[in-house]
Amino acid sequence: MAVKKFVVGCFDDEGPLFDAVKKVRKSGYKLHDVYTPFPIHGLDKAMGLRDTSIHTAGFLYAIFGTTSMLSFMTWVFTKDFPLNVGGKPHFALPAWIPITFEFTVLCACVGMVITFCYLCQLAPFVKKHHFHLRATDDLFVMVIECTPKTNESEVSSFLTSIGAKEVNVQNAETGWWLGTYDKDQKLFEGQSETVSA
Amino acid sequence: MAIKEFFAIPARYRTWSMALMGVGILSVIIGFFLYGTDEHHHGARFWASLLQNSVFFLLVVNAAMFFICATTLAFGGWQMAFRRIPEAISVAVIPLGIITLIVLIALVVIDPHIFHWLHPHGDKILEGKSAFLNIGFYIIWTILAIGLWIVLGYKMRQLSRELDNNPLPDAESGRKYIFKNTVWASIFIVWFALTVMSTVPWLWLMSIDAHWYSTMYSWYTFASTFVSGMALITIFVVYMKNQGYLEYTNEEHIHDLGKFMFAFSIFWTYLWFSQYMLIWYANIPEETVYFKSRVTSKNHSGAYTGLFWFMFCINFLAPLLILMRRGSKRNYTTVTFMAILIIFGHWLDFYQMIFASLFPDHVTLNLFDFGVAAGFVGLIMYSVGNALTKAPLIAKNHPFIKESIIHHT
Repeated sequence: MAVKKFVVGCFDDEGPLFDAVKKVRKSGYKLHDVYTPFPIHGLDKAMGLRDTSIHTAGFLYAIFGTTSMLSFMTWVFTKDFPLNVGGKPHFALPAWIPITFEFTVLCACVGMVITFCYLCQLAPFVKKHHFHLRATDDLFVMVIECTPKTNESEVSSFLTSIGAKEVNVQNAETGWWLGTYDKDQKLFEGQSETVSA
Repeated sequence: MAIKEFFAIPARYRTWSMALMGVGILSVIIGFFLYGTDEHHHGARFWASLLQNSVFFLLVVNAAMFFICATTLAFGGWQMAFRRIPEAISVAVIPLGIITLIVLIALVVIDPHIFHWLHPHGDKILEGKSAFLNIGFYIIWTILAIGLWIVLGYKMRQLSRELDNNPLPDAESGRKYIFKNTVWASIFIVWFALTVMSTVPWLWLMSIDAHWYSTMYSWYTFASTFVSGMALITIFVVYMKNQGYLEYTNEEHIHDLGKFMFAFSIFWTYLWFSQYMLIWYANIPEETVYFKSRVTSKNHSGAYTGLFWFMFCINFLAPLLILMRRGSKRNYTTVTFMAILIIFGHWLDFYQMIFASLFPDHVTLNLFDFGVAAGFVGLIMYSVGNALTKAPLIAKNHPFIKESIIHHT
């Protein structure tokens, strides 16, 4: 895992947070993420996040569910095991629609949950780094990623000046946890001195 | 921001609404002489078209008031930025309700052989249903239904306008105001449930096939008209945006309207299919007779098959595939196109509901039906346009207005 250095600023209200996000982006600091106790409308836009593509994935899973279930039932009831059910045709499409629909929904939702966990790097055996535990309670935690050129004391005082109630510097693991991730591994591990610009 | 509070009807809008109404009146006159005096069918072709168009457009404009009351009961705030649009649309219930009332009463008084339950003549099934299907109940219930829609709709609009010139002094009176709104909205919803969602489609439309019945029918009709009602609201909102009004309404609100059109298109399909599949599965002759003229099977070809599946495609497949993407629900052009398509699709749905029962042998759809529809569209344009000029376009003192302005989906 890549360990990077982050400057963490905690805000106690969402109003100042919005202004802070805008100012951080304007100043050119690299905004890693913002952790909030509840979803905040419009924050994704303010942070400049792109739209999630999870619905595209959901659509593909749904298409997969529809086609696989329809073709499976067609094969079973017309080729493999044709039964006469109350004189209905073997290709009894109306009777299959509910099953197809349910399987479509099942594929879409299970697939989307798994995709969501994959995108957020969530799994039972993955230990995530918490920048501040109160982010799940009443603090709005903004995390700025340090690059080799970042002066973190400058970032810290900047965060304080835009309204952060609590500022600290943390080294945390980041990046992808299985397979490939960014090449600058162990970049800041064990380093506590200031990297000057 | 300087806002334009009052709508001034553009000359082109007025011309179009007048022209469409003219086309409608002309169609009715021509249609009367072509079909209305037909001895063989007792003028059923003429009256069926009037029934289809008047009931469809009445239920569509009435859905606007249902939308207001449902969002009021749910404490919804997002619609407040454009709430005066559905309010103005619901004003059209008055002229359309009067026309529909005249048509519906004419159907039992002149009796152009549309409702067979008028003459049971020893028919055991029709005599068994006569407690519900009789002229007295039909006329009283029709008058009550339309009358109460108008009265309760008027009350809801009054409540909304009451604040325009007297802002609420404090939060407590705001709570009282919201409570008063929910009380009247729930009365409307209850009456709506007793009429549009149950009895009225049975009485006005399903009784054409007096021997046949389906408990899904009213829900199906409601879904049809509600999705068209949302489409109509969307069209007017987009039109007003294009004319430079509704400054506080943006693509976030359009997105939510698009979601309504998308979701209720699926809901309509759900009911459509539930009704179809149960009848297909049970395969009881007295139930399957309904689909004889509508669907082609192995041993039988229905005249309305093409229309039936075409209507299904534009009411289900088109909204499903086109409105699914977030981007298309936020795009004014796509949303307007889909709104027009949905209204047309559900108009065709009503067409097959009535005509496939009355004239099962061949499709008679022609310019006359479109002419009558144009007349109703013109009337809706005219009365909604007039209603929009009467009140400020934004309910600026409503407690939820800020929530709507900063709305974000």
